[in-house]
Amino acid sequence: MTVSNNVGDWLDIGPVSQISPGNARTLPVRGGEEIAIFHTLDNQFYALVNKCPHKQGPLSQGIVHGNVVACPLHNWNISLKSGEALGSDEGCVPTVPLKVDAGRIYLLREAVIPSRTARKAA
Amino acid sequence: MDFQVGNESRTEDGAVILIPAEGVREHLVVVGNGMAGCRAIEELLARDAGRYRVTIFGAEPHVNYNRIMLSPVLAGEKTFEDIVINSRQWYDENDIELIAGDPVTAIDRAAKTVTSRSGRTVGYDKLLIATGSDPFIIPVPGKDLPGVISFRDMKDVDTMLEAAANGGGAVVIGGGLLGLEAAHGLTLRGMKVTVIHLMPTLMERQLDEAAGWLLKTALEGRGQTILTGADTAEIYGEGQVEGVRLKDGRDIPASLVVMAVGIRPSVALAREAGLDIGRGIRVDDHMVTSDPDVFAVGECVEHDGNVYGLVAPLWDMCRSLADGLTDRHTGYRGSVTSTKLKVAGLDVFSAGDFSGGEGCEDIVLRDASRGVYKRVVVKDDKVIGAVLYGDTADGGWYFDLLRKGEDVGEIRDLLIFGQAFASGGGQADPKAAVAALSDDAEICGCNGVSKGQVVACVEAGNCTLDAVRATCKASASCGSCTGLVETLLAVTLGDDYSGERATRTVCKCTSFGHDDVRREIVAQGMKSIPEVMHKLHWSTPDGCSSCRPALNYYLLCALPGGYRDDQQSRFVNERMHANIQKDGTYSVVPRMWGGLTNPRELRAIADVVEKYNAPMVKVTGGQRLDIFGIRKEDLPAVWADLNAAGMVSGHAYGKSLRTVKTCVGSEWCRFGTQDSTGLGVKIERMTWGSWMPHKFKIAASGCPRNCAEATIKDFGVVCVDSGYELHVGGNGGIHVRATDLLCKVATEQEALDYCAAFIQLYREEARYLERTAPWIGRVGVDYVKSRIVEDDEGREALRARFLFSQSFSQEDPWARRAGGEDAELHQHLAEVRPMEFVV
Ligand SMILES: Cc1cc2nc3c(=O)[nH]c(=O)nc-3n(C[C@H](O)[C@H](O)[C@H](O)COP(=O)(O)OP(=O)(O)OC[C@H]3O[C@@H](n4cnc5c(N)ncnc54)[C@H](O)[C@@H]3O)c2cc1C
Ligand code: HEM
Ligand code: SF4
Ligand code: FES
Repeated sequence: MTVSNNVGDWLDIGPVSQISPGNARTLPVRGGEEIAIFHTLDNQFYALVNKCPHKQGPLSQGIVHGNVVACPLHNWNISLKSGEALGSDEGCVPTVPLKVDAGRIYLLREAVIPSRTARKAA
Repeated sequence: MDFQVGNESRTEDGAVILIPAEGVREHLVVVGNGMAGCRAIEELLARDAGRYRVTIFGAEPHVNYNRIMLSPVLAGEKTFEDIVINSRQWYDENDIELIAGDPVTAIDRAAKTVTSRSGRTVGYDKLLIATGSDPFIIPVPGKDLPGVISFRDMKDVDTMLEAAANGGGAVVIGGGLLGLEAAHGLTLRGMKVTVIHLMPTLMERQLDEAAGWLLKTALEGRGQTILTGADTAEIYGEGQVEGVRLKDGRDIPASLVVMAVGIRPSVALAREAGLDIGRGIRVDDHMVTSDPDVFAVGECVEHDGNVYGLVAPLWDMCRSLADGLTDRHTGYRGSVTSTKLKVAGLDVFSAGDFSGGEGCEDIVLRDASRGVYKRVVVKDDKVIGAVLYGDTADGGWYFDLLRKGEDVGEIRDLLIFGQAFASGGGQADPKAAVAALSDDAEICGCNGVSKGQVVACVEAGNCTLDAVRATCKASASCGSCTGLVETLLAVTLGDDYSGERATRTVCKCTSFGHDDVRREIVAQGMKSIPEVMHKLHWSTPDGCSSCRPALNYYLLCALPGGYRDDQQSRFVNERMHANIQKDGTYSVVPRMWGGLTNPRELRAIADVVEKYNAPMVKVTGGQRLDIFGIRKEDLPAVWADLNAAGMVSGHAYGKSLRTVKTCVGSEWCRFGTQDSTGLGVKIERMTWGSWMPHKFKIAASGCPRNCAEATIKDFGVVCVDSGYELHVGGNGGIHVRATDLLCKVATEQEALDYCAAFIQLYREEARYLERTAPWIGRVGVDYVKSRIVEDDEGREALRARFLFSQSFSQEDPWARRAGGEDAELHQHLAEVRPMEFVV
């Protein structure tokens, strides 16, 4: 149930044990958007741009429940899967494709690194 | 048990290449005598027995056996003979040549031959690779010591049985399906078993937090030690394993270590042969690899991006393979899998996707008295996932609904109760289904109340949920039948019943109100959030941002010193021990006892402001200084600097004691009657660090001019000539509320004692996020007086409980963080720079 990694496409950002469940950690990207990587209580991992669609609150600091994070500033609920604001709120934050393999977390390189060519839609 | 079957058509040394003559049956060679390889042949024989001449190579010295039954063999419930699928007779009767105990080491696709370890070379027309998986061995020191094994084949089971014969300790690394089955077997064989699991939840791929907690509790009850969140540092021993050391320093002696951390498709042979490999050997819908004469089935393949680790998909693969080999191409379209744990007495089932997502809805049923947890995930009126614990009878049914993608819109409301209930008499409308129940059908399992009794109770004039609960006790205990009772009310009363919920619930995850939850936590001695959610039948798997912080507080309050604070259930400010600002930076407010400060503190604050470029410092309304614009990465360093000058956290961020505001009082002021400043400092020293339902502010004024504005605080002291007036329940917010006078006391010590007792009463009885003003508005100041002023013993007990709880909470959270605790909350995971990145 493990995969070999095409090193070129995926960025290895380290072991899953670095993020305890219910928590998130950040990955600043020079020249790009800071990314928040979440570990839910259901042991799923997700990555989003660390900016709430409401007023840019740092989503990495919110409470994670189910696969939703509640923004620390005004409690908007943001889906970790789609980046969309839930309920009556409207807005969407870009998601970053992520995979876990053999206990390590990988992010899709092209969605992380600001490239000179047009950034492919994540 | 060596079944090397001879073949007269081969020469003595076996190294001859056999090329089939024209007109002779095509030769199908199978590499792997396991579950998929043999099943493929069975399927083929069933379609066209005479079509191919078959040779099977097996690395193991055995006939084909049922690998999944190795667990019962280990547990002593079955013998090897019981789990043999195809005996030697089957190979003989079907003219299959089995070359067991001799693995294939090379494939030459150009020459169309395979060569085995013993040097035997055999030609093929069609080749089927079914090499299964290799156990994953974590690369820790000591992994190669004798006594360290995996759990994959009969040899491993034999090794475990030998070790178990000597008793002693065993460590199983990996708390997944395989690891837990190994642990179970070894426990039954008399070993003292410790399971080490990296993740916090057992079987996290298959289970959610709630089911994982139940499973862990059950296994612990059977004498296993389960260490979750535990990372192996090394396996040690001199010439033989003696134990395992964890990264956190713990040491577990063991004479046997079973690694069950995962498997990888066994692809080495296929890769060497130049076949297309992804995560496994890549195959198309007909199980054909990148070479049209080479096929692959089982765990070694990757189909459509998926690899599988269970048997059900293999059966589907083998069917389409056999169809293809006999020219009636059907094609394999991937599999949906379900899992059951094979541990006697523990029923665990999971299937599909339960990670949630857009449009997904969780339907949860918890029955604590029976130890049952059921969760079905529905999306667009279709079942997409299910987790069952304790009662898996309906697993097959849910799995069937899931696989067929059946529309469950009609039975949605009854889905969770299972097939018998949901499809009972084809009643689609839940009301009709409930109406159709027989009179003696049990509604409330806790109190044994039948439908007839509930209806009789309603007909006798009890027209609300509360009245029913009070009269016939239905839904008065665990509450999980509340929905049924409400439906019965509706059915019985018709239009007269408009629906109601007697209490406002904590949040949408539960039908309990705050007070019920608190009462049950204390009454049942609950100790963790998953436990509360289970016993009180939470309708969501892990709660929400409303109930998690509330439960965390209630547990903290109920178990002083005995509860491990759940950081994931705290709002950012309480997790970071600072106040988040709108730009994502933090403000830092060090404590200034009673609003007093000194040059050393002021210098340290000035230094911090300069060193970390804080753009603003402000004097707060609470008589202290607030430093703004600190980045989360800098917080520990800022705190270290402030700690060095003797300052601790001001908890300006917490649902906790904030600040004690004072005036200068009798020490300086010409009107002052008592030492309000000194009293304020004493109160703050006594109360700081305490967690509360909401923020809590105190002030002490030296005379009724009340310069410290004590009459809009949660607890206020106004000094008078004859003593101290104690005021409670004030608030200066949107709805200004002046305090109520609680009482007047004569001495400073009494003022302190009453303050402690009042805080504890508030801590124990107010609802989470209820300030003292609305709380007193709700319960009345007379009630508070009856507990604090009129009941000397009760007051003393409250005070004692407060001080006991304080003995655990007066530790500066900043000092712990500055000392490196929870460092990851402040550090980035990594940093990415264009075209290079640093981990
Ligand atoms: C203890 C245990 C319990 C399990 N329980 C369950 C369960 O409850 N439910 C479930 O669905 N699944 C379960 N599984 C998984 C299930 O057994 C596998 O999915 C299934 O056996 C895979 O079949 P396969 O033919 O692909 O691989 P295997 O059955 O492993 O067969 C591969 C065979 O190929 C042989 N081989 C490998 N390389 C070579 C070579 N070069 N030459 C010759 N032979 C070679 C191997 O020795 C092996 O005998 C369990 C597995 C184990 C180990
Ligand atoms: C969640 C939002 C809020 C935050 C983050 C916040 C933060 C703060 C902070 C950091 C202080 C300085 C306190 C100190 O010195 O310890 C303060 C003071 C104060 N806040 Fe708030 N506050 C919030 C909401 C409110 C609300 C809703 C009210 C009204 C009910 C309020 C009323 C006050 C008052 C009256 C003071 C002065 C306290 C005193 O004099 O003791 N605040 N607040
Ligand atoms: S409250 Fe009274 S004692 Fe305190 S400063 Fe004001 S006038 Fe002076
Ligand atoms: S910035 Fe996220 S809710 Fe306002």
